[in-house]
Amino acid sequence: MERKIYLDHNATTPVHPEVLEAMLPFYQEGFGNASSIHSFGREAKVALEESREKVARFLNADPLEIYFTSGGTESDNLAVKGVAWANKKKGNHIITSQIEHHAVLESCKFLEKEGYEITYLPVDRYGLVDHDELKKSIKKETVLVSIMHANNEMGIIQPIAELAGLAKEKGVYFHTDAVQSTGKMKIDVNELNVDMLSLSAHKFYGPKGVGALYIRRGVRLTPLAHGGHHEKSRRAGTENVPGIVGLAKALEIVHSDMQKEERRLKSLTETFFKKVTERIPDVFLNGHPVLRIPNTLNLSFKGVEGESIILNLDLKGIGVASGSACTSGTLEPSHVLSAMGVPGDLAQSSLRFSFGRSNSIDDVDYVVQLLPEIISKLRAMSPIYQK
Amino acid sequence: MAYSAKVMEHFQNPRNVGEIENPDGVGEIGNPVCGDIMKLYIRVKDDRVVDAKFKTFGCGAAIATSSMITELVKNKTLEEAEKISRQSVAEALDGLPANKMHCSNLAADALHKAIEDYKNRKKKNE
Ligand SMILES: Cc1ncc(COP(=O)(O)O)c(C=O)c1O
Ligand code: FES
Repeated sequence: MERKIYLDHNATTPVHPEVLEAMLPFYQEGFGNASSIHSFGREAKVALEESREKVARFLNADPLEIYFTSGGTESDNLAVKGVAWANKKKGNHIITSQIEHHAVLESCKFLEKEGYEITYLPVDRYGLVDHDELKKSIKKETVLVSIMHANNEMGIIQPIAELAGLAKEKGVYFHTDAVQSTGKMKIDVNELNVDMLSLSAHKFYGPKGVGALYIRRGVRLTPLAHGGHHEKSRRAGTENVPGIVGLAKALEIVHSDMQKEERRLKSLTETFFKKVTERIPDVFLNGHPVLRIPNTLNLSFKGVEGESIILNLDLKGIGVASGSACTSGTLEPSHVLSAMGVPGDLAQSSLRFSFGRSNSIDDVDYVVQLLPEIISKLRAMSPIYQK
Repeated sequence: MAYSAKVMEHFQNPRNVGEIENPDGVGEIGNPVCGDIMKLYIRVKDDRVVDAKFKTFGCGAAIATSSMITELVKNKTLEEAEKISRQSVAEALDGLPANKMHCSNLAADALHKAIEDYKNRKKKNE
């Protein structure tokens, strides 16, 4: 059988078997609508509220502050647009960064068309948002700062507590997209000092299409969808009970051995990086050398375009991602690499390896053994690579 | 996105990779869409393209179209070679995904530039 190695856990993860097992009953015997009064509904309602309590516990929040959504994208949209719309009287200025996920960036661009003013903070070459830049940008009209916790492409972790502190001093709401950090490291909304936080189940071995937004008590926010009184009228729509149960179960599982898994992944990525750079010349690490989630490595292989490497690895059963324009669908290189000032040809040459639970040191050895040949074959073909 | 079997075959086993020493014509094209680069070298004898080689920094489609065009152009008269269009390269590869059609331009444009280069060099020598 062909060997398959998945190194794209930042794109999505497989549902953990125990998560699936926890979800299944709520498609069949526990199918009730959580809003119904009868026993069928009550059973679903109990599962829903137990899940909410679990999620709250892992985030160190109150269950009343957890709102279930259809995923990271909706959570980000709700936070950004919701706060902008509800706080129009106070002001029309929002601050975010240039390296956010499109769910935040496009929400901001949409608001720009509505007349809001958006500041897109630059980052340094490691991908970090500058503390002083943020401080300078906050003004009287600012209603929201939205800066992501861990970046999906580079894995860079921003010093959220510090940045959020600046917003708090000025009485400005702070949202963080923690879609990539949740499940990979401890998340505590009070330590992070945030007012809102987005997460998505499929990034931590839960199902796709379900996520949550933590909204600190007192935050004013307009809903995106209007309808029934679900989620305290902030997110209308019959709750996806099996998905929500799966989300909570997945969080429980990743928290059960988080420190051990963090250490294991860190050692895998470090070993991988060491072996790759020993065997292949002209490989560069993108992002911050240490302020990174443990599973992510973004590397540029000078002189070769990312998609051509992906295809070669795919032929060997290995799944990775790239920030190259050729793979983006929009034919523009990664906005994150551009914001970090990575030159165009190196952005074209970037590959993202994101490790996860299924990976072992054997996978590292297997990929490290195949990669040099692929890179040298492509470099021999490259008009821009000189040894 | 799925590539045709033919694209994958050329991508895996690209023909005529490399450079020609003292070529009769060189065409270099940068892809304005995604910033990729292709360099095509030709050897011409008696108004016929007798050899072609390429170097490409680009995606799977760019590599496959480069490889295919070197095959298509070999042993063609200059007149025939000039008629090789963006479309004919894509067709020879059993098609390209819609968002990759611009990569086939890379190869055809590089070829036309190489022929132009050859003609310019010839004029200079005359
Ligand atoms: C940082 C970040 N934010 C938001 C999202 C969107 O999450 P979802 O796929 O659940 O909509 C993703 C995942 O692609 C992400 O990586
Ligand atoms: S060379 Fe960039 S998409 Fe083909």
